[in-house]
Amino acid sequence: MRAFATLLERLAFTPQRNGKIIHLKQYFAATPDPARGLALAAITGDLGLKAVTPSLLRGLAAERVDPELFAMSYDFVGDLAETIALIWQPASTTTDVPLPELVDELSNTPKSQLPARIANRLDTMSANDRYAYLKLATGGLRVGVSGRLARMALADFGSLPLAEVEEIWHGLTPPYANLFAWAEGGEKPEAAAHAPFRPVMLSTPTDLAALNGYDRAEYVAEWKWDGIRVQAVSDQGTRRLYTRTGDDISAAFPDIIDALDFDGTLDGELLIKRDDIIAPFGDLQKRLGRKTVSRKMQESHPAHMRVYDVLMWEGHDLRALPFAERRGQMDQIIKTINQPRIDLSPLLDFATWDDLAALRADPPDAVIEGVMIKRRDSPYLGGRMKGPWFKWKRDPMLIDAVLMYAQRGHGKRSGFYSDFTFGVWDADALVPVGKAYFGFTDDELKELDRFVRNNTTETFGPVRALKPLKVVEVAFEGLNRSPRHKSGVAMRFPRISRIRDDKPAAEADQIQTLRDMLN
Amino acid sequence: MSTASDLLEIRPEGLYCPPGGFYIDPVKPVDKALITHGHADHARAGHGAVMATSQTLDIMAIRYGEDFTGSRQIANGAQVVNDVSVSFHPAGHVLGSAQIKITHKSTGTAVITGDYSRQPNPACAPFEPIPCDILVTEATFALPVFRHPDPLGEIARVLASIEAFPDRAHLIGAYALGKAQRVIMLLRMAGWDGPIFIHGALQRLCDYHISQGVPLGDLRPATIDRGKKSDFAGQIILGPPSAFAATWAQRFPDPVICFASGWMQVRARARQRGVELPLIISDHVDWPDLTQTITELNPAETWVTHGREDALLRWCELQGRKARPLRLLGYEEEQD
Ligand SMILES: [Zn+2]
Ligand SMILES: [Zn+2]
Repeated sequence: MRAFATLLERLAFTPQRNGKIIHLKQYFAATPDPARGLALAAITGDLGLKAVTPSLLRGLAAERVDPELFAMSYDFVGDLAETIALIWQPASTTTDVPLPELVDELSNTPKSQLPARIANRLDTMSANDRYAYLKLATGGLRVGVSGRLARMALADFGSLPLAEVEEIWHGLTPPYANLFAWAEGGEKPEAAAHAPFRPVMLSTPTDLAALNGYDRAEYVAEWKWDGIRVQAVSDQGTRRLYTRTGDDISAAFPDIIDALDFDGTLDGELLIKRDDIIAPFGDLQKRLGRKTVSRKMQESHPAHMRVYDVLMWEGHDLRALPFAERRGQMDQIIKTINQPRIDLSPLLDFATWDDLAALRADPPDAVIEGVMIKRRDSPYLGGRMKGPWFKWKRDPMLIDAVLMYAQRGHGKRSGFYSDFTFGVWDADALVPVGKAYFGFTDDELKELDRFVRNNTTETFGPVRALKPLKVVEVAFEGLNRSPRHKSGVAMRFPRISRIRDDKPAAEADQIQTLRDMLN
Repeated sequence: MSTASDLLEIRPEGLYCPPGGFYIDPVKPVDKALITHGHADHARAGHGAVMATSQTLDIMAIRYGEDFTGSRQIANGAQVVNDVSVSFHPAGHVLGSAQIKITHKSTGTAVITGDYSRQPNPACAPFEPIPCDILVTEATFALPVFRHPDPLGEIARVLASIEAFPDRAHLIGAYALGKAQRVIMLLRMAGWDGPIFIHGALQRLCDYHISQGVPLGDLRPATIDRGKKSDFAGQIILGPPSAFAATWAQRFPDPVICFASGWMQVRARARQRGVELPLIISDHVDWPDLTQTITELNPAETWVTHGREDALLRWCELQGRKARPLRLLGYEEEQD
């Protein structure tokens, strides 16, 4: 456990990706199976320990510490596991329990006995080990290592091709003994699972100035639809719908799964479509994050997949082909599939980049969030690289709003007031219309923090009410009707794009401005 | 009938002693000030008269110039000021730091701790516990999450890192008064006999410590002559935290940024500062030492000056102790 705790600490404080990879490789080299595989699974989020909830941890703390003192500490530290690790009475002697033993205990202890087991473990650990143990138990490690970076480290460790690691990854299970064996010169493991996830090809942002440096003739363009990017796989009877990060969301979309009556892997956008009308993102959101979905919901919110690409078809891997060729096959494939729920994203007709700019400025459908631009000769490559695919998003919507409430941030921003509720005018009163946690620079964050500390009118627990003085420009990607909110609207991805110290609060926007944007 | 609580009151300028006619660590210029120690939020320039330990007076003169006050008086034994007797006692915080004891023969005794620490500190005299009726305590690290580890263990982490990365310079952020000299002394205790390079802002206070008998050893200016960047590989360089925000740090080879502060206990705080090697070294009492000090001195009342007063008041309430917050403004949280 101690080696794992040290690894987490090093990762947390090493900002550079290369530095993180070095720490991971050193850990893989120095740690035996199955501990290293379990650590890897913990980092990539594949360990699947689910029994330890934040409320269980709060309960443990409440038995040892006054709840008010705990709440003040948590507010300051900003992380539940860390707060408990630090506040726990120090052990007189510590023991270094092997990681596999702890994982085994966390997965096999009956739920009723778990709190006592965990408390006993905490009693014999150092603060650093307590932190790592609690992070392990709750799942969210938050050490700034994505699953992809961890797999890069593994590939690097064994001098393996990253794409091959990515490809078999979803068929493997912790503690990945066969994967480590491969990395150390053994056989490459078979991708055991049917319908595996394949790494998704991603785009980089661009704009007109950048595009003018590229030859228009080498590219095609299509609409970028405002749903979620998915990969639909049907493989020898096994059907799966994955998000672009490889999460399996099949259970929430049985209507799509039913339609996957083919053998292949398609890339596309998941949308809600009623007859010919694509519904706004808010409608899709109602179906996301569910374990199951009712028939009624399937009828009122029918799912649809708009296909962008094809990766595998009837046993053939098409990814090495140029996009133009894959696209040619797709026309035929979509016809063969012949499912109303699956259609092809149309290509756009444009002669110059300026033409494309004009199309982007006036899309035919409100659920279009920009255009995608793809090189005709690009193979399908997992990951995000600059050049083959670009996204050119519609400009965000903007309003000027007044800061109303602030709360201390958690995680990286703990200690700063960084979570803001902002509002616009409804006659002469401010009505809250959204919350933003980011968008500002570190310097702006410090400025906002200072503003909060000097302009608090009231505090409610961790929340500070502010004098209505600070105007900020809020950028957001879309607006949904929302009966849950007092204002009647809900913003998508709001962020503070600018601090408008030039603007007096009275000149911030009116609620009517937002209502007009809905239509 | 007057009680010990009549010894002190809050005014906009800071904590005031009516029977003595003076302020303690006032945040604005006043006629007569008693100063606990030389940190900028406690010791300000521009008072009419200042009483402090001779080292604190020296430090104020170094920081603000010789004319930092109208007149100076060195605290030396018990001295009568109007209706009270005052004396200064070591606080274990930084060189020259003192607690101030105020006694009135009919009402009782108050002790103002200033900032204090109960960890051994090779750069200053240890804290002296003084029984009192009213304890006016700081509360900088008054949350039960703060338990400062053994500082030599933290220094060992720096030395281990130098061994692991012999090509990288190790830059330690440390406040110019107290923390920097303590880190240097800890490095010496851990066996680092070689030169330690210091930023120009630390020079005068380090020189002063040496003149006061704190053996800091071989200190050299952290300046780079043309083409000699690699000379700093595997070396230790100390600078004030403000220098790390500037481009100063970039002149050293692939630096490992370390920061010596009690705040480094909280990971998010360390990450906010871009610290790669956080060193939990504090010159303030941690939660166990703070609560232990109150228990040990057992004052009739505990008054809390600056820091996390809410948590300390809650603890006092749970212990059945009488306590009140002073909510003094103008003290900075971050200086440690
Ligand atoms: Zn101080
Ligand atoms: Zn202080």
